[in-house]
Amino acid sequence: MSVVAIIDYGMGNLHSVAKAIERVGDGVRVRVTHDARELQSADRIVLPGVGAIRDCMQALHDRELVPVIHALAENKPLLGICLGMHALMDFSEENDGVECLGILPGSVRRFTDTMQERGERLKVPHMGWNQVHHNGHPLWRDVPQDSRFYFVHSYYVAPAHTSIISGTTRYGIEFCSVAARENVFATQFHPEKSQPAGLALLANFLRWNGV
Amino acid sequence: MSLAKRIIPCLDVDNGRVVKGVKFLEIRDAGDPVEIARRYNEQGADELTFLDITASHEGRATMVKVVEAVAGEVFIPLTVGGGIRTLEDISRMLNAGADKVSINTSAVQNPMFVKQAAERFGSQCIVVAVDAKRVSAADEAPRWEVFTHGGRKATGLDVVAWVTRMVDYGAGEILLTSMDRDGTREGFDLGVTRAVSTAVNVPIIASGGVGTLDHLVDGVKKGGADAVLAASIFHFGQFTIEQAKHHMRAAGIEVRL
Repeated sequence: MSVVAIIDYGMGNLHSVAKAIERVGDGVRVRVTHDARELQSADRIVLPGVGAIRDCMQALHDRELVPVIHALAENKPLLGICLGMHALMDFSEENDGVECLGILPGSVRRFTDTMQERGERLKVPHMGWNQVHHNGHPLWRDVPQDSRFYFVHSYYVAPAHTSIISGTTRYGIEFCSVAARENVFATQFHPEKSQPAGLALLANFLRWNGV
Repeated sequence: MSLAKRIIPCLDVDNGRVVKGVKFLEIRDAGDPVEIARRYNEQGADELTFLDITASHEGRATMVKVVEAVAGEVFIPLTVGGGIRTLEDISRMLNAGADKVSINTSAVQNPMFVKQAAERFGSQCIVVAVDAKRVSAADEAPRWEVFTHGGRKATGLDVVAWVTRMVDYGAGEILLTSMDRDGTREGFDLGVTRAVSTAVNVPIIASGGVGTLDHLVDGVKKGGADAVLAASIFHFGQFTIEQAKHHMRAAGIEVRL
């Protein structure tokens, strides 16, 4: 039986992620854990997260999860969600600057408060359903192009290489809403709150072997 | 391609049961929150808001079960309001599967609660609900005051100043209800909606007074709201959420369809 481990570091809506995976995963077992051995024995890993990056990185350090996540990211299919995506990058400018895991190349920046679209001032946080223009990654199978997903964030990923961009979204600027490299896939939006497209993406994650 | 304006149906829950009528759903168990949430999700609701109006402490515990049950079935954002007084209350709701909590009276009684909540859980899950009533005379510059207890209790707080302060304290979104319009079906109070939307840079949910689909359009176009919340036009089967979205799209508003 396939096991999905959701990394529990004390932040984020783990219940929703677990429920959504259980919904789409036939016979998949979901483990919410920060136990290194349990994480290492799982088939797939989810790094969720809501909140602020300093607390997030602090919690990962406190639980000695940083080397564990680095090891997991070597070979297991790993899905980062929202703040989990930010944690995978090199650096975030949130909270006066925080070093992150450095698993994906690039940094995390704040939306400016002066963005406009069609003469309308854009609010920060970027909150609600926006479209994702995606490329041909296996996790996008059967997900219609430009589907809407639920976003809630004030900071976005600025990748160091365009090669890791797997989806883009427009909010004042065009930003990288999905990043992917090898067995790592990360979304700025919340697939677990983006029925129906988000559940389709999670179903694809459960079928994906990381290549 | 851009961010969609949201339609949010609001459900009042008393002791674990939805208490407003839901004729159009044609379901035997009209008060089942899970069933109603599922139908609204199928119609394309962008989020759901549950307002717990339970008076008793024991009844409140059932709200956690309601949220758990809904979050296990419906995979869109859920907001829970009513009786959120402590960090523990917030924690319990988020762990049950809520994405945001809405804080109203407790924010007025203890503004620092909002700051503590935003620091602990992040601004993205802290909605401050404000009940506004116009207090200026017809020939004066418009001024609105914050009320609590369903519009019965004046607080002396100016709505625009209060909202600005709450955003400074970390509120990630404002749910603005006009007590003058609530239940009237005359449309949103566009004046206060516009005043608040202009004053702060977080999303505003307009609420109170929706009677027609044009009112939803006005809330966005004239009021500057980022989301519109309504109860009775959906509950009583007057319109489906899908119809509302088509109407908004025809008026040039970006929606998720």
